[in-house]
Amino acid sequence: MMLGAFQYERPASLDEALRQAAAVPGARWLAGGMSLLPLMKMELADPPALVDLAGVADLVGVQEDGGALRVGAMTRHAELAEHPLVARHAPLLAAAASQVGDPQVRHRGTIGGSLAHADPAADLPAAVLALDATIEVASPRGRREIPAKDFFLGPLMTALEPDDVIVAVVVPQRGAHRQAYHKRPHPASGYAVVGIAASVLREADRVASAAIAVTGVASHAFRARRAEELLTGQVMTDALLAEVASVVASGQEVWGDLYASADYRRHLAGLTTRQVLERLWDDR
Amino acid sequence: MMDPSHSQHTVTLTVNGQRRTESLPPNLLLSEYLRDYLRLTGTHIGCDTSQCGACTVLVNGDPIKSCTVLAVQLPGAAIDTVEGLGRPGALHPVQEAFRADHALQCGFCTPGVLMTAVALLNRDPHPTEAAIRRGLDGVICRCTGYENIVTAIAHAGARMAAPQEVSQHVD
Ligand SMILES: Cc1cc2nc3c(=O)[nH]c(=O)nc-3n(C[C@H](O)[C@H](O)[C@H](O)COP(=O)(O)OP(=O)(O)OC[C@H]3O[C@@H](n4cnc5c(N)ncnc54)[C@H](O)[C@@H]3O)c2cc1C
Ligand code: FES
Ligand code: FES
Repeated sequence: MMLGAFQYERPASLDEALRQAAAVPGARWLAGGMSLLPLMKMELADPPALVDLAGVADLVGVQEDGGALRVGAMTRHAELAEHPLVARHAPLLAAAASQVGDPQVRHRGTIGGSLAHADPAADLPAAVLALDATIEVASPRGRREIPAKDFFLGPLMTALEPDDVIVAVVVPQRGAHRQAYHKRPHPASGYAVVGIAASVLREADRVASAAIAVTGVASHAFRARRAEELLTGQVMTDALLAEVASVVASGQEVWGDLYASADYRRHLAGLTTRQVLERLWDDR
Repeated sequence: MMDPSHSQHTVTLTVNGQRRTESLPPNLLLSEYLRDYLRLTGTHIGCDTSQCGACTVLVNGDPIKSCTVLAVQLPGAAIDTVEGLGRPGALHPVQEAFRADHALQCGFCTPGVLMTAVALLNRDPHPTEAAIRRGLDGVICRCTGYENIVTAIAHAGARMAAPQEVSQHVD
């Protein structure tokens, strides 16, 4: 399949990248290409220029930084899934990355690309939401930080301006929180029909704090605030879990398609949340 | 501004151990470079939409779908295709096992499956059946011969890990 012609740049620094993108109206960032190149093949995108971020040193690497985990935007899913710092500080992020697509996709696709693409059924958006991560962005106007909760706006829609580039994702450490990501993949596409990212702090028989994020269910990943409120400070019981499960998607416009009706997705989101919480609760 | 269609990019790639410096158009997919420029047609194009994995090759040892990467995205990379795996009479252990265990029918998916299996076994010579099946998530066999593919990969792993003399007896 022949791709249309485009200009290709491979900057070595962030400044150079921002300059090159600014020079061609409509230029797009190229990260792993796992979403952008298929869009170009389908002629759903036809950028006049691609600015490849693979050579930009500022965007690679996973580090501990003042009590937080700093993940460069060009970190590939496979690296995220196996990095010891990620496993230690943000196990649900590693778990989500290990379930993206297939090995080939995980060796190319990046966290920056996945968040910027914002597929409504993607895995990493749920992970960064549940972890209260911050997305660090650079543009010709300077640097800024976008909290994950303000980042996802709709299907393939984010708070990024076209000339914004994600530099890193910063994940605050959650010490004693227990974390998990549970995905119910569509059997053909592998994308989440429902994906639940959960991080809970258990104190004796009570839920001291809970963060639950949901993907695959609505136009973008979201936090299940009502469910979190019900859990916080409460003694964990079956009755509480049942109530929590019933409100996971409340307030959301749940979508249905050929494969899974809205009712089924709502049910599955509740059930999966319940199962994740039960598993985390009994974890040693 | 430069006419983008005429711009070429210089990249150095090592394909099956052979280093090449090439001037390539940016919109050339790695699959097209391998098949049309180098005539390495062992890398098959099934779907051309990143679904089937028939086009899988190794880039610095990692399996990737060559239909979904630009050749210019890979400066300095080592690329291994099925042509570099083995030759008639000197097959790679994974190829041997595929033959012995009848792990191919029409053979169309086989190059991609072989490269995927080699990457898997290089990392984990003794994968569980579940790990093998997970490793094969990115490849589709339209003849649906998965059972034999899984068996062959397990046998190949055992062969690759075993000392040389033992592996010769298996034939
Ligand atoms: C077969 C297949 C199966 C998949 N399955 C899943 C799955 O199960 N779950 C899942 O979550 N995803 C899945 N994906 C998508 C995959 O995760 C992609 O890696 C991801 O969506 C995009 O990341 P990328 O690095 O490849 O970005 P690219 O494709 O290079 O870019 C995607 C978009 O993000 C922009 N962009 C890239 N980097 C940046 C940056 N640093 N700052 C600002 N904008 C940027 C690009 O301009 C483009 O618009 C699948 C993809 C394929 C091909
Ligand atoms: S041809 Fe590349 S994945 Fe099918
Ligand atoms: S052997 Fe025919 S597609 Fe796999």
